[in-house]
Amino acid sequence: MGIYEILFWLLTIMAISSALGVILSRNPISSVLFLIVTFFSISGHYILLNAQFLAVVNVIVYAGAIMVLFLFVIMLMNLNADVEPQKGRLLQLAGVIAGGILFLVVLAALKSATVLPLEKASSDIGLIKNLGRTLFTQFVLPFEVSSVLFLSAMIGAIVIGKKEDTNTIPLKGK
Amino acid sequence: MLLLGIDIAFLIEKVILISVILMGSLGIAMYSTWAERKVAAVMQDRIGPARAGWFGLLQPLADGIKLFMKEEIIPDRSTRFLFIMGPCLAMLTACMTSAVVPWGPDYVTASGHVISLQVADINIGILFVFGVVSLGVYGVMLGGWASNNKFSLLSSIRAASQAISYELAMGISLIALLMMTGSLSLREIVAQQHGFWDGHWFTWYFFKQPLGFLIFLVCAFAELNRAPFDLPECDSELNMGYHQEYSSMKLGFYLFSEYINMFISSAIIATLFWGGYNFPFMDKVAAGVHPLLFTLICVMALMTKIVCLILFFMFVRWTLPRFRYDQLMNLGWKGLIPLALINMLITAIAILWIFKS
Amino acid sequence: MEKLTNRSVQINRDPMTLGEKIYIPAIAKGLSITLSHIFKKKATTSYPEEKRPFSPVYRGLHILNRDEDGRERCTACGLCALACPAEAITMEAAERKPGEEHLYREEKYAAKYEINMLRCIFCGYCEEACPKDAVYLTETLMPSNYTRESFIYKKEDLLIPEHKKQDHK
Repeated sequence: MGIYEILFWLLTIMAISSALGVILSRNPISSVLFLIVTFFSISGHYILLNAQFLAVVNVIVYAGAIMVLFLFVIMLMNLNADVEPQKGRLLQLAGVIAGGILFLVVLAALKSATVLPLEKASSDIGLIKNLGRTLFTQFVLPFEVSSVLFLSAMIGAIVIGKKEDTNTIPLKGK
Repeated sequence: MLLLGIDIAFLIEKVILISVILMGSLGIAMYSTWAERKVAAVMQDRIGPARAGWFGLLQPLADGIKLFMKEEIIPDRSTRFLFIMGPCLAMLTACMTSAVVPWGPDYVTASGHVISLQVADINIGILFVFGVVSLGVYGVMLGGWASNNKFSLLSSIRAASQAISYELAMGISLIALLMMTGSLSLREIVAQQHGFWDGHWFTWYFFKQPLGFLIFLVCAFAELNRAPFDLPECDSELNMGYHQEYSSMKLGFYLFSEYINMFISSAIIATLFWGGYNFPFMDKVAAGVHPLLFTLICVMALMTKIVCLILFFMFVRWTLPRFRYDQLMNLGWKGLIPLALINMLITAIAILWIFKS
Repeated sequence: MEKLTNRSVQINRDPMTLGEKIYIPAIAKGLSITLSHIFKKKATTSYPEEKRPFSPVYRGLHILNRDEDGRERCTACGLCALACPAEAITMEAAERKPGEEHLYREEKYAAKYEINMLRCIFCGYCEEACPKDAVYLTETLMPSNYTRESFIYKKEDLLIPEHKKQDHK
């Protein structure tokens, strides 16, 4: 067993067990922390696939920024295990059905997918140079469209967050 | 010899390099605490620590022993695991960044073996630094939350929002720099700043990106939670902030990680903007002296730059009063981010124009 | 309105100009001030090795004086305790027995004489009040200690050591 396989299995076990921790732990804070560990092990997988850029961006954006905001909200709301509302039977049933359907979809998708053998550092497609080239040539339209999407989301956030300026209302008539 | 497919000689070389760098950064961080007191003292017409050893040089050791000897208190209602995790994470993230800094040029031994003075030359060096920096906030947040103290929680939230806000401006100011370098690898960036004068202009990026440097520096102050942006630990209104409940060496870890961070960020600033290990007339020096000596001179050049930057950090801390929180956010979001965007735009135009002509 | 002092300055509340808004000139000014202080004379006195000169009227730790023959001057009149604004002094008087003339100058002496140095404000009124020139404030600084009890100075702590006795022997 080479170092790549050892690392792969380690990261896989870490990812799956921490992902289970996310849904099984009662404390929302520990759920978030488990989620961060999950992101890390996924980043580890990216590095094994020689996609360093993706790995680091995953850490910066998800673990570094979005999870901090999650933690923020949870810490400020002070959620505890005993505050958590008990869900009704119907809701639980709905959850089981929805989850089951999702599981089926994933299963179906996996069944048709061909499993590629694990190759260590076989391609340079994840390196930033190749990634940038692909994004700005082959996928330039989707890339730009998604940037417009982000821009509109940003503007929307600013518009919602902007205070109603009461002083300017009488001036509007003039 | 191979161990799991890796050359053992390579492993040993890297382990030695890592230990030297870790010891070095710990040592420099230790003496930064001493230097901070001395700097503060001379600016306030005092003489500072002078009892422990010659010029108080043993003061850091005395502090360390004191912190180890202190009673360790874990609050009764705290989340024990996270309470201990907090300082560990702070220390870990502080130490991790040093992996991608090129501390000196490659040293080629007589037998042709190349020894690199950089732990890992990953082609996304700067992004790695950013990733680690963005994780640094967890140490503060977890510690502050796990203490089960309102002041700790408030200040850890302040710290997190401050860090996130200034990371943006920092990133944008760096994009302008990266447009000029065309590479994310710190090794490559340092190599581009070879020497000091390339016949037309200075090679160091400070002279090509002065505005970017300024923004980066201000953001570095904010990321380090240092005065004038030391809101997370402002002693007057949040009584010590996120590490209020900490005692003994756990407190020491938090305080110490700040100094390690200062050292590493000075190293990053020196690498990105002040030419890293390059110094003027280095080609003439390289031709004249033994390669090993030349490597050492290069390392010393980088260290000198780092020490100057650390002193500057201290200099500013003991001069400027703290920002108010709204002022901090105003400066970050309304001041630095637009400025960084403008800088990026100017750089892009200049590059296009120079490229065309 | 007339100014209270000639040092007061009217605050300028005009909106900041561009030069002020970019802060950098102000920061540079501040840095130059702190920089200039690096080269100023240090105000610190490293105490045990080097001592600041006392003023001639400095009031430090008390002593109880003796006369030329080495006898205690204090007669436990209580004027010092009365004069003390901090009520730091207590004493108990006793009568001199025959045969103790070489110890005490007058017929009455202080059997117990205590000064609580934590209460004492070193005003020197006791020195002023003493009709027998018995209590004096010296230039000694009060040493620090660990317990409250150790700051109550007994007569033995306050009396100056006897020189004459050693001469007799």
